[in-house]
Amino acid sequence: MPVRAEARQLGARLLAAFRAEGAAVIETDILQPAEALLDLYGEDIRARAYVTADPLRGEMMLRPDFTVPVVQAHMAGGAEPARYAYLGEVFRRQEQPDPERPAEYLQAGYEVFDRDTPEEADAEVFALFARLLAPMGLTATIGDIGVLRAAVDGLDTLAPRKAALMRHIWRPHRFHALLERYSGLAPMTDARRALLDGARPEAPWIGLRSPAEMEARIATLAQDAKAPPIPAPIVERLDALFALRCPAAEAPARLTGLGLASLAPAIDRLERRLAALVSHGIDPARLNFEASHGRATMEYYDGFVFTFAAPRPGMPPVASGGRYDALTRVLGGGREIPAVGGVIRPGVVADLGGKLAC
Amino acid sequence: MLKLGVPSKGRLMEKTFDWFAERGLRLARTGTDREYAAAVEGFEGLELVLLSAGEIPRELAAGRIHLGVTGSDLVREKLADWPAQVAELAPMGFGHADLIIAVPAAWADVDGLEDLDAVAAAFRRAQGHRLRIATKYHRLTRDFLRQAGVADYQLVDSQGATEGTVKNLTAEAIADITSSGETLRANHLKILSDGLIHQSQATLFAARAADWTEEGATLARLCAALGLEPPAL
Repeated sequence: MPVRAEARQLGARLLAAFRAEGAAVIETDILQPAEALLDLYGEDIRARAYVTADPLRGEMMLRPDFTVPVVQAHMAGGAEPARYAYLGEVFRRQEQPDPERPAEYLQAGYEVFDRDTPEEADAEVFALFARLLAPMGLTATIGDIGVLRAAVDGLDTLAPRKAALMRHIWRPHRFHALLERYSGLAPMTDARRALLDGARPEAPWIGLRSPAEMEARIATLAQDAKAPPIPAPIVERLDALFALRCPAAEAPARLTGLGLASLAPAIDRLERRLAALVSHGIDPARLNFEASHGRATMEYYDGFVFTFAAPRPGMPPVASGGRYDALTRVLGGGREIPAVGGVIRPGVVADLGGKLAC
Repeated sequence: MLKLGVPSKGRLMEKTFDWFAERGLRLARTGTDREYAAAVEGFEGLELVLLSAGEIPRELAAGRIHLGVTGSDLVREKLADWPAQVAELAPMGFGHADLIIAVPAAWADVDGLEDLDAVAAAFRRAQGHRLRIATKYHRLTRDFLRQAGVADYQLVDSQGATEGTVKNLTAEAIADITSSGETLRANHLKILSDGLIHQSQATLFAARAADWTEEGATLARLCAALGLEPPAL
């Protein structure tokens, strides 16, 4: 059978399995307004999504993922708690030819919107995927962006520094450049020193940004220059945190051992999640934990993250997902709801032999 | 015939002709001033095709010309994964221009990309939309800013008079080519200290998609005449 037809059949089986869990099937448009996606992902999305123009509705994108339209549909009037399932194409522009990265492929997804027991919902989604994919012998890896956020939030330093680091958790290159600056490892540039000494260029003011906005930033920079650096031992602990990889069963103890006190509530959540996974029949000793998992690739996730991958190098993960509470806040127009979900790629399942437990 | 695409007018054309003349190949326009026709003297098997410099990357990618002279910036901007589509035969030493990011000179607090990124975050909070960068070099600018970890900006298309967009309130910063920097200064803009995206110059490219079955031998002769290493195509 051609791979695409097989993928569609596998997707239909996954959708049926999601429905059997009580999920309502949701349909979303393939043509999505570009604005919400651009606001969320920034300019980078233009390099990854197909952009097209509608004469009346303006700039549109071919659906690059389901999460955004599903969250929008839920926030516009879904009941709570809610479980959604979907099956359909997503479209990703590829700037380099790569047979493992098609421009158009199917996703079968399952999303849970539940206020009461987030760790239980995390475990529900993960365990469901683990059960459905069990015959394929995949490697599962979990992480927790919430632990990274707690580490930044707990730093004993200026609020603007923490805000800047928090904003760049998903961009490791800029994050570590900022951390070097704030810890005094990168020397102050001559330009910055001159600015703080009062140097101002002889140039007329142009543009929309106001002089008041500039003065506010200069005041922040002056405060920053006077503030003590983030101590080297703390930076070392952060580096150790970002590099941590271990069996999930050991993760709480290893994280506690880093000596970052602010992690305690996030470690409690991780322990509750692992206990919930055990109650769903998952053995955390056989699960990988990577503290930086999903950091560079899964930008709207802000808590639990996971992937199921085949040991074939260069191949995209068979399944991935995570928690995206903040996304519901951004798209909710003042409302929010804890949400977790994930997608399975039936095309990759087909490439690997098409063995599903459903 | 081995087809060589060269810019059809202006200094770029003249400098291209000069470059080949210095290496013993006489290229010249033929017919009337207005007719886009040209010929080669002193080399068998080479046909000149006069094209707009901006179209040469596309013609190379399609393999409709074998060789082409155009700016290295245009090839990088217009062709995805450009090294897979064309081979660089020779930088030609003219048509120099830097693609740079510039901001208002009055922005005392902005020296480099780290500042631009911080200002973009604050600007978005204050103004309710992302900081706009006007450019016609979308791919080069976006790739550069992504690698630098700059967020909260948006590109707005500007096909000309880009230096005026900040004063006209249609952008907060620009990504554009400059050679002397004079136009930037006249429009009260300054270049970011680490804002050099690409140093462009006129370059002789070879098309990987062109039919080289007959013309491979011509290319080898041409490379020998020009003193160039023949490319692996």
